[in-house]
This record gives sequence, structure tokens and C-alpha cells, in this order.
Amino acid sequence: MPKDHGIGASPKRREDVRFLTGTGNYTDDINVYGQTYVYFLRSDMAHGNIKNIDTAAAAAMSGVVRIFTGADFEGVGGIPCGWQITDVHGEPMQEPAHPVLAIGKVRHVGDPIAAVVAESLEEARNAAEAIEVDIEELPAVVDMKAALEDGATKVHDDLANNLCYEWGFVEDNRAAVDEAIKNAAHVTTLELRNNRLVANPMEPRVALGQYNRADDHSTLHTTSQNPHVIRLLMGAFVLGIPEHKLTVIAPDVGGGFGTKIFHYAEEAFCTFAAKACNRPVKWTSSRSEAFISDAHGRDHVTKIELALDADNNFTALRCDTYANMGAYLSTFASSVPTWLHGTLLAANYKTPLVYTNVKAVFTNTVPVDAYRGAGRPEATFQVERVVDKAARELGVDPIALRRQNFITEFPYATPVAVEYDTGDYNATMDKLEVIADIAGFKARRAESEKKGMLRGFGVNCYIEACGIAPSNLVGQLGARAGLYDAATVRVNATGSISVMVGAHSHGQGHETAFPQVVAEMIGIDESQIDIVHGDTSKVPFGMGTYGSRSLAVCGSAMVRATEKIINKAKKIAAHLLEAADSDIELKDGQFSVAGTDKSVAWGDVTLAAYVPHNYPLEDIEPGLEETAFYDPANFTYPSGAYCCEVELDPETGKVTVERFSAADDFGNIVNPMIVSGQVHGGIGQGIGQALLENAAYDENGQLLSASYMDYAMPRADDVPFYAVDHSACTPCTHNPLGVKGCGEAGAIGSPPAVINAVIDAMQSGGHNVTHIDMPASPSRVWEAMKG
Amino acid sequence: MTEVTMVVNGKSVTKSVKGNTLMTEFLRDELRLTGTHVGCDTSQCGACVIHVNGEAVKGCTMFAAEASGAEVKTIESMENPDGSLGVIQQAFQDHHGLQCGFCTPGMVMSASALLKDNPKPSEAEIRDYLEGNICRCTGYHNIVKAIMAASGQDVSNIAAE
Repeated sequence: MPKDHGIGASPKRREDVRFLTGTGNYTDDINVYGQTYVYFLRSDMAHGNIKNIDTAAAAAMSGVVRIFTGADFEGVGGIPCGWQITDVHGEPMQEPAHPVLAIGKVRHVGDPIAAVVAESLEEARNAAEAIEVDIEELPAVVDMKAALEDGATKVHDDLANNLCYEWGFVEDNRAAVDEAIKNAAHVTTLELRNNRLVANPMEPRVALGQYNRADDHSTLHTTSQNPHVIRLLMGAFVLGIPEHKLTVIAPDVGGGFGTKIFHYAEEAFCTFAAKACNRPVKWTSSRSEAFISDAHGRDHVTKIELALDADNNFTALRCDTYANMGAYLSTFASSVPTWLHGTLLAANYKTPLVYTNVKAVFTNTVPVDAYRGAGRPEATFQVERVVDKAARELGVDPIALRRQNFITEFPYATPVAVEYDTGDYNATMDKLEVIADIAGFKARRAESEKKGMLRGFGVNCYIEACGIAPSNLVGQLGARAGLYDAATVRVNATGSISVMVGAHSHGQGHETAFPQVVAEMIGIDESQIDIVHGDTSKVPFGMGTYGSRSLAVCGSAMVRATEKIINKAKKIAAHLLEAADSDIELKDGQFSVAGTDKSVAWGDVTLAAYVPHNYPLEDIEPGLEETAFYDPANFTYPSGAYCCEVELDPETGKVTVERFSAADDFGNIVNPMIVSGQVHGGIGQGIGQALLENAAYDENGQLLSASYMDYAMPRADDVPFYAVDHSACTPCTHNPLGVKGCGEAGAIGSPPAVINAVIDAMQSGGHNVTHIDMPASPSRVWEAMKG
Repeated sequence: MTEVTMVVNGKSVTKSVKGNTLMTEFLRDELRLTGTHVGCDTSQCGACVIHVNGEAVKGCTMFAAEASGAEVKTIESMENPDGSLGVIQQAFQDHHGLQCGFCTPGMVMSASALLKDNPKPSEAEIRDYLEGNICRCTGYHNIVKAIMAASGQDVSNIAAE
């Protein structure tokens, strides 16, 4: 029987009621007295020198409060990058300035040139149209390889060239990898592109800045996955506001997928302008604006080589990647193609030698940063495509080739620095073979062929690294922040509990899942526990939600804080029961003396903590509130095996996903319903990447797919029902819950399965196509089949 | 400015609006009914679906002045008179048909309009009908399942979680 409460149960989500009744509190739902509106005048050119900005006529227009340009931000800090990469020569990456509003140059379509603050949005927009901007257009740098040629136009005049860094990992393995490839019995080579994507959470970004002169305090409401990180970056690096004078609140946030991790210029602007104008300043992004101002994702061009011996064992892997940074370094941009990518290239396999070389390149495009998976989908796509291609070249079963090369003993130290604590890749593959009914594929293919359709089958594995940590290690790798998290458990006098967590829920259901853990530990009803998140004035500290870290890192902090609560409560109970601390047991919300029928209820103990008349005041303080910070000992390593079946119309090239199955190992699971939902959503996005989505630039740096009319978001009729299974479970060995993280797996594991299936379908029709770039749109597929 | 009178969620409202005020702006800014969301500017996402005279309409595609005299329903009116969740809302909660919640009001309003015209839609009919509602969180699995359940269909053979 499934559990009906506590860890492992799937209670209905408590946050749903407000979302289903229109009573959620998203940032754009918040309006404050005296509020003004800002409209950003953005560059419509990809690259140019700003010769002059004349705001005089605009400033005189109706409703205009003030117009800001880059000149107002001279002397104010720029938007910082949170991760410094050291290059192959031991030098720090080239790190350009990133002003809040453009100074001197515009570097991508969407770069903000001026900001009009006015009484209404309409007046702000009208005035922005009256600003006269004289820009001398420069050649746009769009293609990464062209950007690195000698004499290429520079995106940043003060840098040596457009190369942010060249990174090699593990540099000491480079020669050995090359040697192994040279001497291999077989080498499979693949050149591929991981297409540029736009994260597109359904809620566009919003920022509302306020300033209170009476106490010199700034407050920013923003659509963020990590309000404390924004407070730190904006306060310390951009505006020079100390933490106690700055509150950042991220209320209900309508999806993030990575793109709401980063600190954006608009947040700093609204906070700055609220003080400068002494009025609240609100910005609400339009979707069109989001396409040219939200950080994009992916955009890697890669050559990958897999060496095999005569027995089809993998002997070496080499990956050479160009990674697009866009025009500026977004918050975690530099870490994505390096530490979040290179360390995953051993994947699920025993490949003894791995080397990756990454050239990160500045171009006149929107900055690129983490999007669901961030580096890990790129690594997975490369490895799983090249493994599949190798199987086809060698004429062996792709599942058998994978199984033959699986890592089977744990812990396993990879040749790319990380150590997998647990996993069982054969177990997830076994599950997959069942839920995907792989045995039935031949019959389904025959049915498709009867209709004149081609049918393809694709499989892949993935390994994830979640809960990036520990802080002292990531610090050595260049992170400019710690990657712990924190939780405060506040037990009230009557026994109810508020848990302040540093993680932020923007769809993940923390308000439901986190109380399941605390309720299980204490043995009280979940309804007694509320989660507080998203407000730096209420939550002590936290690094936020990304990298599938919430439960593995913040949940661990919550467990530790709850353990402290239980320890103290046992001391109080021991006093009340006149017994020794060590004899007290807690079960189902009752403290009892072992071996006796003496007990006291949770609520009596908590009341005693706050009304300490009969209380061990000489030993412990009154009250019942504890905080814990948790810094993980290692990453967690979820893994799985995915399968996709497509039907391909040879007349049109249209690919339809007929079946999709996912078998994951997430370690222990707190709420299976929420976990499945996370996988479903990730698969939807992965199918979108594989078949539909593409942020396409023309040679002038114009974004061609800059609205939902042009950028193909997956819709309900683009996807099937998914079969998901997470019963294969090897618990994480180093966090208290044994959990691994499930938020990104679906997006990481699905694109290669889809493309492997498309290739299989094309080959089944007699077309000798060995690769197709994503998205495998009808026109691309049709062209490929034409040869 | 034009004076408009309409019935919104059962209450008559009269307001002066500009000719270019969109229905979404009227609901959100004038009436403070912020359950109707704006997720795009090309009438593609469907987060703003409302009912106007019983028909599902994207609120961003009509001016408030065009709704003069109309009966308008928004997500704020979809619960039962006793305050409990309506059948579709309850099915969305029961089957985890929402995550971040931003597309949800539009999904519920679209589903309601679908079920009025087609009380037992097939999976394919639901997916086809939702073509104008984008969700980025759920991969649509549990949304389609919730709508099938709301229409009284057995969904137990669709992967349980």
C-alpha cells in the first residue's frame, strides 16, 4: 500500500488551491501606492557605437518622471559573473564589464540603452519612442568560429579578442586521450550542435523596486529562484547596499528553469531608480522583451570522438566544444560548459580516459547561461549520440553496447574528477525495457509501415550531478559563492511549526513536500507545518533553487535543524517526565520513557518551552527554534535510462513522438506524485528541444524566433502520455534523506532518445543518415532523407 | 474614455476605460482580478483565457470596450458556491495538473469551455483543443489526465503518477 502521509506519500499539493482559484501572488499582481512604470528602450541593432542619446523631447512628455541612460550608471557597479574559470594557460578568463544600461556600445539586440520612468506604462512607452538615439552600426559577430578568427570584430574593445577562455579538462589526460584514439580499433566521430534555447517560463520576468527614506531601506520584489543570491549580488556588487538595508522578495514565481537564477540589469535598475526617483518603480517584461533579455540556454557546437577496442569496450572520449557566451557573462554562464559539462563526460560508462576542450566565445547575441540541466544535457547528448552512432557503425545492439560499458561498482571515481557514490544502471535499463515494452517494438514498427510511416526506436542513458558542492571544492574551481543551504525550524508554543527555507519553490511543490519530511520525523500531522520561503526578511539565508538541489541540500539543512529541535524537545520531555534524556523516545508525536507507559505529547513539550514554569532553565534556554546550514560532502548522482519511439512521415518529414518512457533512479523519494510531474515536465522540454525549439539568429545578429509565433513551444498535441518509473532506487549515501534530485533529469535524458529514434526511423526507410541536428524539424528531416 | 458596463463574475461593474484598454488590463488593473495572467504578447499562450457570454476568449485579443454589455467569467468565479474547488479545479489538484500555476487559470477556463461543448472528450480531442494554451511545467501529461478525469472518464490506466 502506498503511504498516505509522511515521506513516500503523495498528498495533494496545498499550493494548488490558490493557483486554481486565481489567488496566487505573482510579482506582477503586486501594485503599490505611488508606483511608476519603467519601459526600457532596447537596441534593435546587434552591435554599434552609441554616438548620442537625446532625451530632451522625451523628458518633456506627459507623465515622464525621469529618463535614465548609461551615464547615470557611471560609477555604479556592473552585473557580476559568479564563476571565474581558469584557462588552459592558468590565466583567469576574460571578463568584460556589464553595465546596467549600455555605456558607449550596444552589444546585442535587446541591450538596454535608456529607461523611461513614467506615471503609466503607456506614457513611458510613448516617451521612449521620442528618444533620439544615434548609433553607428558595427559588423555583428554571430558565428562562434568566425568570432575567433584573426581580425574578427571584437564584441568588447577592451578585451584581447572574443575568446572568454579556452578550458581543458583533464588537461593532464590530453596526450593520453589522443594516443588512445590514435591506437583504437574503432573510432566514432560526430559533429553536432546543441541548439540555442529560450527557457520561457510562462511568467515573464517582473521587478518592483521600492525605497523607504525613513529607514534608508530598499525592497525589491522580483521573479527569482534565489532571492538571497540576488540580494548579495545586487547589494554587494552593483548598487553597494548592505544586506540589512535591502530586502529581496520572490513571491509566487511562475516557473524558472534556470533563467530566473541570474541577477539581471532590470532588477538593479528598479532598485536604483526607486531611490533616485523616491517612487516605487515597476517593470513587467513582455514576452517579446523576454526573448531578447532573458538569458538563453545551450548553444554549443561540438566535435566528439569515442574510441573503442576490438571488444567494443570504450577506451577514450574526446570532446571539443565551442560554447556561446553571448555578449556579456551572465551570472553562471562560465560554469555551464566547463564544470557542469566536462565533469559529466564519463557518463554511465567505464571509459578510462576522457578529455574535453571548451572555447567560450563572446558574440553579439543575448547572454547564454544555465537552462534546465545546464551543461549536463549537452554532455549527455554528445555521449549518447556518439555511443548510438558507434553501435550502428559496429552493427551491435545499442542497449547491449551500453550495458557492456556500464559502471557497475560504486563508489566509482571517474577520470573527470567526480566520484559517483551510488547507482545501478542495469537496474534502470531493466525497468526501461519493461515499461517501454521494447520487445513489442517490432510489431509496432510493422503496424506503422502498413500505414506508409517509418517508425524509429531510440534509447539513451544519463547521469546527473545535482546539489553542486561542497563549497570548499567549488571555491577552488572558481565559484564566487558557497553552495550550502539553510533552514530554520520555528516551533510555536502550541506545537505548530514554521520552517523558513532557503530553497525557493516556483512549481516544485516545496510547500507540500517539505512538511512531509518534518511531519515524518516528529510524528505529527503535515497540516501543523508551513513552509516560508522567498523573502530575505523572513528566511535567515539560502542559496535558492536550481541544479535539482532543493531537497538534497536545503532539505538536508531542514532535517538537521529538525534533529536539533527533537534533541532539545527530548530534554524538555525528560524534565517533565522526570527521566534521563537518553531514555526518551519520540514516536507519533509522543515522547515516552523507554520501557514505561509514561509519556508526554508534542504539544505539551512545546508549550513548556514557551511557558517555562516547570522547565530545566539551568540547562537549556526557553523557546524552540533551531537553524542549520548544510554543506554537502559531494554531488548527488541521479541516473536513468530513457526510450523514445517516433513515427516519421516520409512524405513530409514530420516526426511524431508516439511513446516515451523514462526509468530513473532518484534515490529515496519524498513525494512520488511531484517527482513524476518533474520528470514529465522535463521530458516535455526535452522533446521541445529535439523537435521544435530553436533560437535562431541571422548573420546580422537579429533574433529570428523572438515570439511564440516564431519560437515553437511544445503544445499539448506535440507530446504523448509518458511512462515513468522511479522504483529503481540506490539512495544517496551522503545526505540524511538519501535523496538525489529529480528536477532536471527529464530535460537531460530525453533529447538523445528522440534523436536516436529519428535516426533509427530514417535508417529503417533505407536512408543512410547518421546524424541530424536539433530541432529535427520536418524540413530538416525531409532534406536529410533526400540526401 | 468610454463608459462600459458588464457583468463580471456575477457582479455588474461600470467603469470608464480608454479605447485601447485590453480586457486583460481591465480585469487585472481596474478590477484587481489578477487571476487572469498575461504570458505573451502575440495571443499564443492562453494564460488569459476567460469566458465572455459563455465562450472561451483570450482576454488579450479583445478591448474592454468590446465587452460592454457582456457576461464575463474569470478563474475567480470557478469555485463552488460553498468555496470548495469546482470539478475541473479539483481534478487538476487531484491529478497534479499544475506546477508553477501561471498557465493554470487559462487551462481551467479552456477546459471548462471544452467540456461544455464536448462532455467526454478523447485524449486527442483534449490535446487538440489545448493547442492555444501553453504550459512549460507539466509536459501536459497531468493536464490532459485531469481534464479526462473531470469529464468522468477512468484515468486509472494512465501511468499512476
